[in-house]
Amino acid sequence: MESILNWISANQSIIYIVILMVFVGIEVIGRVPSVLHTPLMSGANAIHGVVIIGAIIVMGKAEPDNYLALVLGFLAVILGTLNVVGGFVVTDRMLEMFKGKKK
Amino acid sequence: MSEHILTICYLVASVTFILGLKMLSHPATARKGNLVAAAGMSVAIIGTIFLPQPDGTILHNYGWIFGGLLIGAVVGTLAAQKVKMTAMPEMVSLFNGMGGACAALISLVEFDHVSKELAADPSLDISHIQTKVLIIVLGLIIGSVSFAGSIIAWGKLNGKIKDFSFPGQNILNLVLLALALGAGAYLVIHPDHSLLFYGIFVLSLLYGVLFVMPIGGADMPVVISLLNSFTGVAAACGGFLYDNKVMLTGGILVGAAGTLLTILMCKAMNRSLKNVLIGSFGASNAAAASAGVAGHYKEVSLSDAAMLMSYANKVMVVPGYGLAVAQAQHTCHELEKILNEKGVEVKYAIHPVAGRMPGHMNVLLAEADVSYDKLLEMEEANDEFKTCDVVLVLGANDVVNPAAKTDPASPIYGMPILDVELAKNVIVNKRSMKPGYAGIENALFFQPKTSMLFGDAKKVLQELCNEIKSI
Repeated sequence: MESILNWISANQSIIYIVILMVFVGIEVIGRVPSVLHTPLMSGANAIHGVVIIGAIIVMGKAEPDNYLALVLGFLAVILGTLNVVGGFVVTDRMLEMFKGKKK
Repeated sequence: MSEHILTICYLVASVTFILGLKMLSHPATARKGNLVAAAGMSVAIIGTIFLPQPDGTILHNYGWIFGGLLIGAVVGTLAAQKVKMTAMPEMVSLFNGMGGACAALISLVEFDHVSKELAADPSLDISHIQTKVLIIVLGLIIGSVSFAGSIIAWGKLNGKIKDFSFPGQNILNLVLLALALGAGAYLVIHPDHSLLFYGIFVLSLLYGVLFVMPIGGADMPVVISLLNSFTGVAAACGGFLYDNKVMLTGGILVGAAGTLLTILMCKAMNRSLKNVLIGSFGASNAAAASAGVAGHYKEVSLSDAAMLMSYANKVMVVPGYGLAVAQAQHTCHELEKILNEKGVEVKYAIHPVAGRMPGHMNVLLAEADVSYDKLLEMEEANDEFKTCDVVLVLGANDVVNPAAKTDPASPIYGMPILDVELAKNVIVNKRSMKPGYAGIENALFFQPKTSMLFGDAKKVLQELCNEIKSI
């Protein structure tokens, strides 16, 4: 019990961020029309590609002789970039279709 | 000084993510919103690579990093640009799987680090290690489930993987999940059992596969959206691990927004998330539902259909997945123009879940330059059907199935549908009498008002165009 309370105190700023972001995330897309569900899903998909930052950190901190970290990190950077770049490009292509079709 | 610049970069990126999502949920700003988020992401990535980390170190292995970025960017751009409109949902699923895999790989590497630290110095502060292992294990489980699930969803959408279920699968799934979580909890308490970690990895992958396997293809958008929010949470785990605020905010933001979006998608189909996941579209259910519907349908010849339409005042087109598969959107637009020249008013009735993803039809018709104000949303369309002489249903099935209103035993009971029966005539174009994606019969096809026009949507539309021109 004591250790859990300590843990909460030690990580309170992160816990605040998590709670606030949950509300922001829900609030921000609350009124989306169903036409935009798919592009929004695709855009959100690209945003969680932010996991690429973690992959870059893994890669950038790997010792030159730590082959496991190098190989897996390299793979992670490729996959993460695919997620980010592919995600944004696909979303843009979807939304391009709507362009100029409205008054 | 310069480590503060990285903090600012992350702050800017976090704000662009929130703004981007906000703008993405309004039609007028959506495209800009996507670009804003992309710009923020670039700032965060470039900052991470070149600026000193919060602990003052500068990253190395630039060759590897840029190599990976280059390969990922080139492949990602090409794939995203080459993909056909109809295949976009599965592309999104695939990219989502890549993100999940990325999170899982990070966990694999970091666990290896922690194990080595622990082996080198067993007297380390155990509670600190435990927190790390907890986050690593969470990232691993969520990332792997998201990866495996997304790959299955991708396979299902492009038809490579068929629905597969067996009795007791839900129970087996729960057992698998419980095993993975239990093993994870044990590992957090005893971080030195490193073999267990790889066991959890395998269990999570297996769970991801079996979790998506029995869910019908029509429900895949909901599943992808759910897995999307999973990957968000997995990314947030990474943020926790590295105390990296932009990963944390971005991940949690997508996790929360993705969950809400999943629920909104379910609502558009008038189903609950539980209903989608546990699955009510079972084979036995469908058989029971189809038993009630039988009878004769009548076919209509091309020239009769052409005649009917060219002498109508108003024609409403109801597009569905069949139109997307046949890539018939351009031909459809051509038919609209030819009918307009004959003085026939043509409009489109768009069901929110027609096709394989919400908004699928809007995107498809927009690609063929169909004017935006001709696309009616479901409520508007339902008000107008009674003034229509002809409704042309192009490869849509479940969204016009009256069983959703009349038959409480039907798996789609309660889903709002397009009331095409209100029109004077209904012409249904399908490839055959086979039931639609939900696997249920459609009483509409057997009604006296309805006539069937079998064939591939593109071919039929082309021939209709020719017939109408020659009248």
